Amino acid sequence: MRSRFLTCLFPITALLLAAATTSQAAGISQGAMLSNSCAACHGTDGKSPGAIPSIHGKSSQFISRTLTEFRSGKRPSTVMGRHTKGYSDEEIRLIAEYFATLK
Amino acid sequence: MNTMNRRKFIQLLGGSSVILAALGPLAACSKRATTTGRVIVVGGGFGGATCAKYLHRFDPNLDITLVEPARRFVTCPFSNAVLGGMRDMDAISHDYTAHEKRGIKVVHAMVQEVDAPAHKVTLSNGQTLAYDRLVLSPGIDFRWEDVEGMTAADAQSIPHAWQGGSQTTLLRDQLTAMPDGGTVIIAPPGNPFRCPPGPYERVSLIAHYLKQQKPRSKILILDAKDKFSKQPLFMQGWQQLYPGMIEWVSGSEGGRIDEVDVATRTLISELGDKHKGDVINFIPPQKAGLIAHKAGLTNNDGWCPVDQRTFESSIQADIHVIGDASIAGKMPKSGFAANSQGKVCAAAIVSALHGVSMPEPSYVNTCYSLVSPDYGISVAAVYRYSKEKGIYKVKGSGGVSPKDADAAFRQQEARYASGWYDSITSDTFS
Ligand SMILES: Cc1cc2nc3c(=O)[nH]c(=O)nc-3n(C[C@H](O)[C@H](O)[C@H](O)COP(=O)(O)OP(=O)(O)OC[C@H]3O[C@@H](n4cnc5c(N)ncnc54)[C@H](O)[C@@H]3O)c2cc1C
Repeated sequence: MRSRFLTCLFPITALLLAAATTSQAAGISQGAMLSNSCAACHGTDGKSPGAIPSIHGKSSQFISRTLTEFRSGKRPSTVMGRHTKGYSDEEIRLIAEYFATLK
Repeated sequence: MNTMNRRKFIQLLGGSSVILAALGPLAACSKRATTTGRVIVVGGGFGGATCAKYLHRFDPNLDITLVEPARRFVTCPFSNAVLGGMRDMDAISHDYTAHEKRGIKVVHAMVQEVDAPAHKVTLSNGQTLAYDRLVLSPGIDFRWEDVEGMTAADAQSIPHAWQGGSQTTLLRDQLTAMPDGGTVIIAPPGNPFRCPPGPYERVSLIAHYLKQQKPRSKILILDAKDKFSKQPLFMQGWQQLYPGMIEWVSGSEGGRIDEVDVATRTLISELGDKHKGDVINFIPPQKAGLIAHKAGLTNNDGWCPVDQRTFESSIQADIHVIGDASIAGKMPKSGFAANSQGKVCAAAIVSALHGVSMPEPSYVNTCYSLVSPDYGISVAAVYRYSKEKGIYKVKGSGGVSPKDADAAFRQQEARYASGWYDSITSDTFS
């Protein structure tokens, strides 16, 4: 194992440079982790194929305001009030920012 | 190159995101030319198909193989709508072309053996495949050994319809053949089992069918339990929509069945009462899918203990178990939960193969049930992980639909139930 690791070192420098431009496997962000749960109802990346509203393409302001209003009850809902009570302000911000990057 | 070496390497270089991005090509140093690692996913249902898809989304350089015997997967969700005459089997069947298009190798076979020390699996088609990480999402099997008088083969005349496909068709055929005025007996198992509200949604949608086609018929529920999921909501709906049609007998009042007389279609309770039905839907007690037992991944209760943060087996390293087969803390055994666990597990595996720490897991479940085509109810929760508690429900989150909701609310939840089906099946299979 150790020797294989050492033989690897040579091309690594070149690969590191290449990697700066080709994003191979980006780290999985906390925002992605939180937001992937939404897909079961709102579709992958928030693109819903059916009766549940799509959230793909919405701005981060829209998503964070809507989620916060669901949570406080200001905005009526069937199930979203029950879901949003499971998320802190910070988590709502991460979810909103994640969806905004999918535009 | 193993995880330890990668981890040290990241520490040496400071672990910036550029380094993280470089880890894909870095893996090219090890014996596989262009992949980060080989992951085999066993079972193309809600857990497995989701996990394979999200593994690919998180790291397109992974070498992913999905092993599933069926070319078309027939879901259990909305199979009760088939029984109720609202959908056909085609509407609840899904294939794997989207997975193949992504470059995931889909092999239609059964995994017959897992050699954990050698990191190899043997398939029913004779192939042997090697893995760096193995994911099992085999669903459930039945504890026939706990049922007096009935074997797996008898499910051809007394269907459980608790696995999708031909069993659903069989039960549907029996219901359509039953004369008006007949009795349907549904016997749900004790906890834990796949889809806690499922038997009661089934009762509802069979009642919906009978009300229209065979209104003199009755449904008798012989339950192993003394209470069930969303019970007040279901009972309120039954009273409103199907008055006098449904009778529920709790476990302690004689509902618990421990013997089946297949020839005479009779269920015998532990108190000795005999119940004869025109259609009998006996749902046997359950355990993790067979392969999990063969691979030695189960505990004394027949389910798979895992690290609830990564779903790695507590018994075997580099093997992850998700979905119904796993012990997932407070999460119920549902398709939604399996889908959620598939994503957390994919994140855990990709992070481990790259030698970085995974994001804090977050899990969700929502189970919609239809009491009639336009009367929906739901139960939901958000879950997190802690070392002490495992997977726990976030305080204040979730709960069931309000008891005093009006017809418009119930109708909206029924619309969302089908919307959920469309979304989760596309998130899992497309
Ligand atoms: C009537 C009913 C209604 C339901 N309704 C809902 C609902 O509304 N919402 C909800 O969230 N959940 C619902 N569920 C629950 C849901 O179906 C399960 O929780 C879900 O399917 C679990 O996913 P899984 O991946 O663990 O197993 P499955 O989805 O069953 O997938 C397991 C797969 O593994 C394959 N397999 C098994 N062994 C092997 C092997 N050795 N080699 C290769 N492949 C193998 C099987 O062929 C199968 O395709 C319902 C269940 C029932 C019975």
